[in-house]
Amino acid sequence: MTRARELLARATNPTATVFILLVLVFAAVFAMNPGFFAGPSLMAFLKQAAPLVILAAGQYFVIVSGNFDLSVGALVGAQVVIAARLIDGEESRTFPVLVVMALFGIAVGLVNGLITTALKVQSFITTLGMLLVLYGAIRLWTGGAPTGSLSESFRVFGRMGIEDVPVLGQIPWALVIMIALGAGAVLLMRTRFGRVLMAAGDNERAAALSGARVDTVRTLAFVLSGLSATVAGVLIGGFAGVSAQVGDGLEFTVITAVVLGGVVLGGGRGSVLAAMAGALVIEGLFTLFNQMALPATLRPAVQGAIIIAAVAYAARARARPVPTATTASPTPS
Amino acid sequence: MRTTRIAAAAAASLGILLATACTTDTPTDEADDATTETESGDEWFVQADYDEQLAQRDIEPEGDPAAPWLQAIEPEWVDTAAFAQEGGDATVCFSNASVSNPWRVTGWITMQQQVEVLQAEGKIGEFRHSDAGDDDDQQISDIQAFVDSGDCDALIISPSTTATLTPAVETACESGVPVIVFDRGVNTDCAVTFIHPIGGYAFGADAAEFLVDNLEPGDKVLALRILPGVDVLENRWAAATEVFAGSELEILGDEFTGGDAAEIKNIVTQYLQRGDVDGIWMDAGDGAVAAIEAFEDAGKPYPVMTGEDELSFMRKWQETGMTALAPVYSNFQWRTPVIAATMILAGEQVPAEWVLPQEPITEADRDQYLEVNADMPSLHYAKFGGEDLPGFPDAWQDR
Repeated sequence: MTRARELLARATNPTATVFILLVLVFAAVFAMNPGFFAGPSLMAFLKQAAPLVILAAGQYFVIVSGNFDLSVGALVGAQVVIAARLIDGEESRTFPVLVVMALFGIAVGLVNGLITTALKVQSFITTLGMLLVLYGAIRLWTGGAPTGSLSESFRVFGRMGIEDVPVLGQIPWALVIMIALGAGAVLLMRTRFGRVLMAAGDNERAAALSGARVDTVRTLAFVLSGLSATVAGVLIGGFAGVSAQVGDGLEFTVITAVVLGGVVLGGGRGSVLAAMAGALVIEGLFTLFNQMALPATLRPAVQGAIIIAAVAYAARARARPVPTATTASPTPS
Repeated sequence: MRTTRIAAAAAASLGILLATACTTDTPTDEADDATTETESGDEWFVQADYDEQLAQRDIEPEGDPAAPWLQAIEPEWVDTAAFAQEGGDATVCFSNASVSNPWRVTGWITMQQQVEVLQAEGKIGEFRHSDAGDDDDQQISDIQAFVDSGDCDALIISPSTTATLTPAVETACESGVPVIVFDRGVNTDCAVTFIHPIGGYAFGADAAEFLVDNLEPGDKVLALRILPGVDVLENRWAAATEVFAGSELEILGDEFTGGDAAEIKNIVTQYLQRGDVDGIWMDAGDGAVAAIEAFEDAGKPYPVMTGEDELSFMRKWQETGMTALAPVYSNFQWRTPVIAATMILAGEQVPAEWVLPQEPITEADRDQYLEVNADMPSLHYAKFGGEDLPGFPDAWQDR
């Protein structure tokens, strides 16, 4: 009996909801098309989902510390356009440009973080402003349309992989990078930094009074988000090449993914693993809609309804007094 | 405590609501005409317009084939003596809907280059322009400002949407200034001339007919579309549906991609996982290369494909030697309005509806266009029609 209750409690835990949803979505995909789980097609799915998963990890750090980063979509777009313009098809420029991109990602994160923490501007406004600045600056710089092209070696990360693997076919580099960064994010949340970040989002005042450097960790969270957008930019640019629309609307998709993972807007609750699972659920939903040949015009509505239902379900579980208080307490995983 | 949690959940739901509202339809439409209305299906198909546009493809346009931007299909000439002016210092004003996509950026550069030539020839004096950034209200006030200033001797308008801009165009006409409308239309014929290529039905039908001719009965075609609700894009698809209905091709689906390369590659990859795709129909060329790469990465043979005259697609087409066609929504139309303005101010006749030719680029003339545009960026349009302008090629390279 206790065991059954424990299981029930675990299932209604907001973090667990996303994993249940993940299973449901993929069960539905499997029902529609069993061939989806064949090695190569699963690998293709993960290759294409990797950028969103990495972005979700970056966004998680910001959200759990009590902020938002709306600038990631524009930053992904900016990074791809910058890469194309600077590389301009020259293989030899690939590595230097990757360094420039990383520095640019850090700089954008730092500016977001410092304006939010030092100037006390709400992050919603800071990053919305940054979104517009990046969007406008890139269009000013390129005259409205991206120029140049990416080199083949730049595109390797997003497009290629370890070839001729038995059963799986190709293990995409994007997947390798995703797993490495995902593991890094999980480990990071177990460090002192992770705990302070969580505390800052949960109760800023209490955290500050107990001696935590709230502003420092929050700023670092923005830098991590900027870096995740840089990696996502490298992967998306590598996957599909340059287009004027790269990154459009990604900030909303990724915040959706994080919230779907049970991470509470306002901070202090949720796990990074669940946030990344949220990204997989979103990508899985897109795949499912595609398999079902659902009319394109209906998809956003169905997607929205599913997400509201999932978050409401998780919130209900959270709001109900739970006998064993442990289930409601957040533990970073 | 409980209340705050509920509040937090409510805030989260609201955030999600906002999020889903914004993810899918960022209006990065390919260029052309954008009457964003909510109608769908048959609302977008007018048999008479379809028949007219398909017929116009076969009509020899009047004028010099070397200067297609001055050619006109079955023009009805109107007298403009009433607008004739002495001297060459006329002020020409231009209210632009936006330069929010590569097609419009390319055209806008061409127009500025044409203006420089006309200024050097002493045909026009000052050239003023405003950019409404795809905002109807902004464009209405831009037009009003031009009218109120009283400085414009001719007013060129590229409307952002059809219905909403109609009253503003009418107001401009009533002020007595000759008005020139181009690209997207308005619901009034008060303008002296309305300049546009044949149109969306012709574009869609050119592409669909090519697939029907180059594929076997029973072959499978995937349609990739930018976004719903934009009239010229809907017209392209309506025409294609009409052509496909009379063929034995199987249409696997029509997917909206927002013109995003990553989205296009995802969708095509997923279709390829489920089975073969023999043909790709696109309503605009944005991201066409990503679709081709999806075939490469999946190890599948190249499809028969229609894109657009955007260079990235044409270069990939040449490189792979695949069977393809580049339908064209004539970008050179951006030259015509300023020339029309000088004609009107000189009292010369212009066509009331100036229908420009719109011919797809085939494999036969592909290499020639690529050679002329060899130094152009990949998001440039082959039929931009500015090769003879003095700023060529630097002005288009340095964007």
